[in-house]
Amino acid sequence: MIELFPDLPVGYLVMLGALLIPVVPRRLVGPYMLALPVLGLVQLWSLPLGHTVDLSLAGLEIQPTRVDRLSRIFGTIFHMAALLGALYALHVKDRLQHVAALVYAGSAIAAAFAGDLISLFINWELTAISSVFLIWARRTERAYTVGLRYLVIQVLSGVLLLAGAISWYAETGSLAFERMELSGIGSWLIFLSFGIKAAFPFLHNWLQDAYPEATVTGTVFLSAFTTKLAIYALCRGFAGTELLIPIGATMTAFPIFFAVIENDMRRVLAYSLNNQLGYMVVGIGIGTEMSINGTAAHAFAHIIYKALLFMSMGAVLHRVGTIKAAELGGLYKSMPLTTVFCMIGALAISAFPFLSGFVSKSMIMTAAADEHYTITFVVLLFASAGVCDHSGIKIPFFTFFAHDSGKRCKEAPINMLLAMGTAAALCVLIGIFPDYLYALLPHDVAYNAYTVTHVVTQLQLLMFAGLAFGVMMRAGIYPPELNAVNIDFDWTYRRAIPALWSQLRTGLVVADQTFRRDYLARTASLLVSGSRETYSPKGRMGEPWATGPSSLIAAVLLGAFLLLYYF
Amino acid sequence: MTQPPESERTQTPQAGSQAEVPRGEDKRWLDEHKNVDKVFYALVGVCALLALADFGYHKHAHFSFEGVHAFHGLFGFLAYFGLVLTATQLRKLLKRDENYYD
Repeated sequence: MIELFPDLPVGYLVMLGALLIPVVPRRLVGPYMLALPVLGLVQLWSLPLGHTVDLSLAGLEIQPTRVDRLSRIFGTIFHMAALLGALYALHVKDRLQHVAALVYAGSAIAAAFAGDLISLFINWELTAISSVFLIWARRTERAYTVGLRYLVIQVLSGVLLLAGAISWYAETGSLAFERMELSGIGSWLIFLSFGIKAAFPFLHNWLQDAYPEATVTGTVFLSAFTTKLAIYALCRGFAGTELLIPIGATMTAFPIFFAVIENDMRRVLAYSLNNQLGYMVVGIGIGTEMSINGTAAHAFAHIIYKALLFMSMGAVLHRVGTIKAAELGGLYKSMPLTTVFCMIGALAISAFPFLSGFVSKSMIMTAAADEHYTITFVVLLFASAGVCDHSGIKIPFFTFFAHDSGKRCKEAPINMLLAMGTAAALCVLIGIFPDYLYALLPHDVAYNAYTVTHVVTQLQLLMFAGLAFGVMMRAGIYPPELNAVNIDFDWTYRRAIPALWSQLRTGLVVADQTFRRDYLARTASLLVSGSRETYSPKGRMGEPWATGPSSLIAAVLLGAFLLLYYF
Repeated sequence: MTQPPESERTQTPQAGSQAEVPRGEDKRWLDEHKNVDKVFYALVGVCALLALADFGYHKHAHFSFEGVHAFHGLFGFLAYFGLVLTATQLRKLLKRDENYYD
C-alpha cells in the first residue's frame, strides 16, 4: 500500500491545514474542514504499524510519530471526532472557531503519536492554547474569565510535564515515552500532569467549569480530545499502576452526586464525562490485556456517544437559548429528531444492550472481576446505576419530556442533524457489530459481550434503576430542577483561597501600618530627640573640644593608618 | 423532603401535572396523564419479567453475591434510590444562588 505523507508526523495534516482556513474561499470552507480529518485518517491508515518519524532537534533525538496499535486506535477515534465536530460546526460563520477547533484536534492527534516526551509536551501545550479559543469565542466576560482559569490549569499541566520530562531525562538518560514506574520525581511530575488533564479527583474542576461555558460547537470538540489524550497517555505511561484503581473508582462515583442536582445540562454532561473517565482509569490501573483493551474500547465508544450528547444539548441551546433543566421540557414536540438521537446517546452511555457502551464498559467490569477487585467492582456497579440516572434519564427526560415548558422552536439545523445522526448510527453499529471495534484494540483478546448473563443482568440493573426513577417521580421525592449552582472543589480556589488571601493582605496592611506608626515613628522621634540632645550647641558632640586631646586623637589615627598601609 | 423557598422553586412542577399545551396545538399522546401511567406500568411489567428471567438460565457470576436472585435489579433500584436521596441531602449543603460566583 502506498504510504501517504510518510515523513509528515500524524496529526500535522489537520493542524497545519487548519491554519489555512482563513484564506479558503467562503464556499469551500465547509468541504475543506471535512476533508482535513478524512485526509488525516487516510494518511494514518496508509502507514504500517511500527512506522516512525524521527528528527534530531538541537542534539536531541525526538520521535514525533510512532504508529502502533495503541496510538492508532486513539488516532483513529480522534480523527473521527474531528470529522463529526466539523460537520456539526458547519453552519458557524466564525472562522476563528474553525481554526481553533481543528488545530486543537490536530495537536491532540499528534500528541497521541508522540514517541518521546518532548514531542508530547509540545503538542500537549498546543491543545491547551488552541482549545481555550473555543471558550473565548463566546465573547462574553464570563467566558473570558472561565477561559483564563482553564488556560492556567492546562498550561500548569504542561509545565509539570516538561519539568517531569527533564527530571526523567536526568534520571534515566532517555526521553522516550514508554511505560514508567512511579518512582523518582520525574515520573511523579509526569503522572500529576496527566492526572490534571484526566480530571483526577480534586484536580477535576476545570472540566465542569470550562466545558459548559464554551460555544455550542466548541464543547463538542472539547469533550473529545483533552481528557482522552490524558487517558491515552496514562495507558502508555502508567498501565498497571495500582494507585490508579482507587483513583478511577472515586472518579466514577463522586461526580454522579453532583450530576443529579446540577441544573445546567451541559455541566451535567461534564460531570458524567468525569465519571466515564473513571472507568477508563480503573482499566489502566488493572493493567491486564483485557482491561487495557477495555479502556481503549471504552474511550472509543465514549468519544462518540459523549459527543452525541453534547451535540444534542448544544442543538437545544442553539435553538432555545438556554440549557438550564429548570427552564426546559416538552421539546420533543419541536425537536423530534434531536430527541431520538439524544436518547440513543443516553442509552449508549448507560450501556444498554445493543449499543456501544454495553460492549466496551463491560470489558473493564469483567477485567475488574477477573482480578478479584471486589470493592472496585461494586463501586463501578453503583456508578453504572448513577450513569443511568444523570445521563440516561435526566438529560433526555428533563429536556425533551417532563413538564411541557411551552417553549416551541425549530428542529436543529441540517448539518447538526447529520452529525448527530451519524454519531447515533455509530453507537448502534458498534453495539451490534462490536468485533470491528475489537479488531482495532491494542491486544488480541477474545471477548464476547453478548452472554445471556450479561444481557439479562445489565437489563435488570438499568430497568430497575429506571423503575426507581419512576417511583420517585410519582412520590414527588425526585429533587426538582432548580435555578441554582452547587459548589464543588473549585470553591477552594475560586472563593476560599482568594478570601483567605485578601484577609491575609488586609492583615499585612494593618500590620505594616501599625509597624510604621508605632515602631518606626517612635524610633524616628527618639532618634531626632536623641540627636538633638547630642548635637545641639550644648550637647556632647556640639560643645567645643580642647585642642590637646583633639590633636592627640588625630595623631593616633594617622599612626594607625600608616601602620596599616605599611603592611 | 423539605421544599426550597418559593422564590427558588421552579415555576413549573415536574411530576404528575398536565402539560400546558399552547392554543391551537393538538394534544400529544404523552400529554394525557393516563398515558404516562401506562408507560410506568409497562416499566413495572418489564422489571417483573426481568426478575423472573433469572429462573430461566444459569447465571455466570464472578462473585457469590451476584448469585442472589435478581441481584442486579435490586442493586440497581437501591443504588439509584440511595444516590438520588443522598444527592438531595447534599444539595442542602452545596446549593448556592445562581449568581454566587459572579
